[in-house]
Amino acid sequence: MSSWTDKRPMSPHVSIWKWHITMAGSILHRATGCANYVGAAVIVAWLFATAAGPDYYEPLSAVTGSIWGQLILFGFTLSVCYHLLSGLRHLFWDAGKGFNPKFASTMGAIILVSSLALAVAIWLLAGLVPGVDPLHMTGAA
Amino acid sequence: MAGKESIRTPLGKVRGLGSAKHGAGHFITQRVSAIALLFLVPWFLISLIGAVRGGYDGALVWVADPINAVLTLLAVGTALYHMRLGMQVVIEDYIAKHGTRNLLLILNTFICIALFATAAYAVLKIAIAA
Repeated sequence: MSSWTDKRPMSPHVSIWKWHITMAGSILHRATGCANYVGAAVIVAWLFATAAGPDYYEPLSAVTGSIWGQLILFGFTLSVCYHLLSGLRHLFWDAGKGFNPKFASTMGAIILVSSLALAVAIWLLAGLVPGVDPLHMTGAA
Repeated sequence: MAGKESIRTPLGKVRGLGSAKHGAGHFITQRVSAIALLFLVPWFLISLIGAVRGGYDGALVWVADPINAVLTLLAVGTALYHMRLGMQVVIEDYIAKHGTRNLLLILNTFICIALFATAAYAVLKIAIAA
């Protein structure tokens, strides 16, 4: 910073900016949006494979059914859940509600925790966690 | 404008145009599609997980169902529309170089339309064959 000679106040830059949960939430909203972009392509690939027949469906299903595939799919579920809840908050912000800093920070934390809870709940209810099948979905289809 | 100083730059005054980026329309359509997705995405996620559990045959039966087919097209179509708008903002924010930016914006549109065409083909093929 020694080379900086301009006496006027400098715009707060990311390197000197204290991390706030609202800031992390905003960055996460954008990051999950980008991740969902890739996820949407996977969904479309799944639809295409279903239409194209078992020769396409089975290899894709082998990848998504592997441990890495399952991890990525859970990450995608989490990403969608976060973007959805955070997006709902954005709609309230657009209506001019929820800007009180304390409330915004609390909601930021609540959204983080509930998106994880929602993603876990979806996987538990759908019986995607091995050994757990509360709705008895295995063999139902 | 008498008595009120304009904040427009001299070049802006000469050109006589506003921003060419359709900001309000973009803002509104992004939100309207978000509201639709609030309903479509939870249904799609839960329903889709049920479908993939039935393997290939289960997936086929699920997409062939008329209600599932229509709602899938709505969910995927709205999601692709929403994410084209979102990615457009990300590109405009981070890519300053004119040529690269325009190239990526065009690519973004092409990818989203190509994905929609693929999804529409797949759903219609399965649903009409059923």
